[in-house]
Amino acid sequence: MAVSYSSSLSTFSAAAAAAAFSETKPSIGPASSQAVRFPSISSARPFIVPFTSNSPVVRNQRASFVAPRAAAESPSSTTTSPTSFHGLCYVVGDNIDTDQIIPAEYLTLVPSNPAEYEKLGSYALIGLPASYEKRFIEPNETKTKYSIVIGGENFGCGSSREHAPVALGAAGVAAVVAQSYARIFFRNSVATGEVYPLESEVRVCEECRTGDVITIELGESRLINHTTGKEYKLQPIGDAGPVIEAGGIFAYARKTGMIPQSA
Amino acid sequence: MASSTIASPSASFIPTKELGRSAFSPASSPFSVPKCRKSISKKIVSVMAPQQSERKPAATGSVKTAMTMTEKILARASEKTHLSPGENVWVDVDILMTHDVCGPGSIGIFKKEFGQNAKVWDREKIVIIPDHYIFTNDERANRNVDILRDFCAEQNIKYFYDIQDRGNFKANPDYKGVCHIALAQEGHCRPGEVLLGTDSHTCTAGAFGQFATGIGNTDAGFVMGAGKLLLKVPPTLRFVMDGEMPDYILAKDLILQIIGEISVAGATYKSMEFVGSTVESLNMEERMTLCNMVVEAGGKNGVVPADSTTFKYLEDKTSLPYEPVYSDQQARFLSEYRFDISKLEPIVAKPHSPDNRALARECKDVKIDRVYIGSCTGGKTEDFMAAAKLFVASGYKKVKVPTFLVPATQKVWMDVYSLPVPGSGGKTCSQIFEEVGCDTPASPSCGACLGGPKDTYARMNEPKLRPLLQVCVSTTNRNFPGRMGHKEGEIYLASPYTAAASALTGYVTDPRDFLQ
Repeated sequence: MAVSYSSSLSTFSAAAAAAAFSETKPSIGPASSQAVRFPSISSARPFIVPFTSNSPVVRNQRASFVAPRAAAESPSSTTTSPTSFHGLCYVVGDNIDTDQIIPAEYLTLVPSNPAEYEKLGSYALIGLPASYEKRFIEPNETKTKYSIVIGGENFGCGSSREHAPVALGAAGVAAVVAQSYARIFFRNSVATGEVYPLESEVRVCEECRTGDVITIELGESRLINHTTGKEYKLQPIGDAGPVIEAGGIFAYARKTGMIPQSA
Repeated sequence: MASSTIASPSASFIPTKELGRSAFSPASSPFSVPKCRKSISKKIVSVMAPQQSERKPAATGSVKTAMTMTEKILARASEKTHLSPGENVWVDVDILMTHDVCGPGSIGIFKKEFGQNAKVWDREKIVIIPDHYIFTNDERANRNVDILRDFCAEQNIKYFYDIQDRGNFKANPDYKGVCHIALAQEGHCRPGEVLLGTDSHTCTAGAFGQFATGIGNTDAGFVMGAGKLLLKVPPTLRFVMDGEMPDYILAKDLILQIIGEISVAGATYKSMEFVGSTVESLNMEERMTLCNMVVEAGGKNGVVPADSTTFKYLEDKTSLPYEPVYSDQQARFLSEYRFDISKLEPIVAKPHSPDNRALARECKDVKIDRVYIGSCTGGKTEDFMAAAKLFVASGYKKVKVPTFLVPATQKVWMDVYSLPVPGSGGKTCSQIFEEVGCDTPASPSCGACLGGPKDTYARMNEPKLRPLLQVCVSTTNRNFPGRMGHKEGEIYLASPYTAAASALTGYVTDPRDFLQ
């Protein structure tokens, strides 16, 4: 996923901007060895992780079960979160179900296996019908150039397969902005930390076109379409706050004494 | 955190999204119900006659403690005296189920988070059921079953329904088949309990009056180690179904009618409670069909109150004690829908959405080229009995299209080969199916319901290229593009009666053509 690092809301480093448009992921700072992860919550609301403009911003890396990244962890990095996303958007419609996000024939790939995790990413959204002329991932590519997916109602409906948000994240998606989500997909997105499941207030899927340049300002709950020049409000974080702030359901459970400290 | 009172009588037949939303989201609460903006016709349909509500005004005090079934189950499981929708609570899990598709991933997370040498929280509360990609040469699929086996051996998991001889399913004494049916048949479903599974159709078990819902690998990994999960208490939608069920209607028609009414997101984050005289008349497998497709409406869980039918079914299946719970008289529901089932006609869901409702008879010009009878939704003993009964009633006409039969479990397969079908003079389902020209019943598994590896039996593999139509009438649960294989395949979801009738004509067919 293309993520820009910024200590202020309005400036992007040239390198980050260039990285946002490249087809490969920019190298991302190591995650905390505390395994900061996003919680499995059943909130209907998306979350926005609070931050201040003075705090160092390190991309809160995805779940530590991806071994190659875990190997690169720095013990002293802090567990802060991204402030914004910047990249091209891919627009889909309503009721995009899990079979379209990752068809069942690819479910033999085990997400917790690093090599298979990458392979899952290469099949993200391959199930979309031929009416989507622009493919999410080019035929000879394994990553997407669209780091933001914009959807309509009931995004992620269908199966409970966690492979769905995993495939999107592995492909390079940073955030999904949908009008509404199916609950299991939303919960899995947060639990895995693979994509930020953000919710819009209006039908952003009708306002944006695939390939538009988008910035999402998390702290301000704003989506900016640079191509059209329009801005949209996003839904603020809801009940998910305490669990996310603790660092995910495993961290939250340890912090509150529900489960013992990790071995 | 108040939930709304039930819909007023005059509005009881109108989808009360707006009512529910405004009453449910007081300004002070951060919680609000996701909106479903799909517009739904407010035309009065004959099956949903307006009825007077019989509820008395709530008495002060007692209302505060009144809870729905789902709220009560979660309250007990979280050791709280009272819960309201919207609360996040830590719930003790009674049963965790996983299968070959999501098990390996869940196990990976469990080991990563709790340690390579960690032990599961309770070796008797995890039920591991390979069922999705079993009868295939796909190496990764086969390897995934091996991963389950290794884990079960290491953890000494009590319930692992293993398969090793893929060439002959009967040679595997432990193998069952489709997880949701196996859970019921093996006595793992009990009223009042909390059952979580790494499969969206885990909600099937709500038929037993328990809280059952689908979760992902990460949540399951957590439960494996901790034995509990953080869940948000859902508000409940109540569906009251009364009236005698016509001979040509099955539970599949009921749930397709409901999903068509409220849409694929109509029950998102909500519980669906099914009550009424019609529901009480359903046997357990029919109740399972009803609860099975709750997820297709976006529902978190479905529940049917436990009664004598439930207890009778459980008699020979479980010796563990259980305590059913029931919604309080004063419990508050987000909305209530009332149906007069005696007026219902056979329903299908047209491509490509489970809420794309139509009457079967309206689709009689749709030419099909296959019928599929199987899955947790429509591959149980009762489902095959229904199909067989229709073939008998038709006078043993021959099917006009390939008709694939995939029993959900070994037990179902045996029933298909041994139970006599009423009205047939002692013939078994299998004999009737053979006589009318269906395919031989296949090895029990999820089969082609979700496509699967390319060599899966009955998978829709071809594009829509004349003369191939790629139109299937199926007793399964989803018909999104590509669900059964090729993206261009068109799937009409239907009851076993409708599927059997369609097989006989080669078109989508109302079963009344043969049953009346």
